[in-house]
Amino acid sequence: MPSEGYEEYLEGIYEIFGRDFVDAGIVSSQIKNGLKSRGITESIIRRVAVITFEAEVNIISYARQGTISYYVLPDSIIIEAIDVGPGINDIELALQEGYSTADETIREMGFGAGMGLSNIKKSSDAFEMSSVPGEGTRVKSTIWLKGKQQGEDVT
Amino acid sequence: MMTLETIAEKLSLKCKCCWENLNREVTGGYAGDLLSDVMANSEGGDIWVTRQVHQNIVAVAALKEHAGIIIVQGATPEQDTIDKAQKEGIPILISALSEFEVVGRLHRLLYPEQG
Repeated sequence: MPSEGYEEYLEGIYEIFGRDFVDAGIVSSQIKNGLKSRGITESIIRRVAVITFEAEVNIISYARQGTISYYVLPDSIIIEAIDVGPGINDIELALQEGYSTADETIREMGFGAGMGLSNIKKSSDAFEMSSVPGEGTRVKSTIWLKGKQQGEDVT
Repeated sequence: MMTLETIAEKLSLKCKCCWENLNREVTGGYAGDLLSDVMANSEGGDIWVTRQVHQNIVAVAALKEHAGIIIVQGATPEQDTIDKAQKEGIPILISALSEFEVVGRLHRLLYPEQG
């Protein structure tokens, strides 16, 4: 799925594989370091870390494979998670805190509490999500670099 | 000001790795076994109390910049967890007590004015 007009701001794109729980967090850590080296403020980085970690865990938990890309624009940071997998039938339901389709293996590790997507949404200033059942899911999260306070609910 | 070392001593915790970072200052605490909850609600500088032992706890603690992790109920972290913690420099401390007991003692220690 092509991104719309911000390709030139791409800072990194990372591949993630389904069920690879061992590596969960590695991509988030790389993105965090990347943003630190760009001099992005701590409060923004903390929000991005929540978004990327949850996106990573979602791909690992539910998809066959996927990518997480991040873009640093003059006024914002965009995180895009695109996966190939079963997709989501009812996005509204999936966004409800506490709703989860996680299996026992996922839950035993402390994932699958049904908080991932809502955490992403809450940490974002703008949030977009689309899915094609049987094909995959795309989540796009935008964080403004200025003018908004950390934790402010903008959704 | 409270360091991990003081906490480890007062709560009789066993340090499984990263002794060199025990001088780290603890500014608060968080308890939880749901990783998304900890991701969303804990703060940098927290000591994280959990019953989880697998290596993803290190990923969470590193991303959130926790001071360290206390594993409760005398549970043994997996070797992968220790290895990863070593790599990230996140001290892992073990308590024989339950999560409830650990949090109670920790809270009294960190916030003595609240009794």
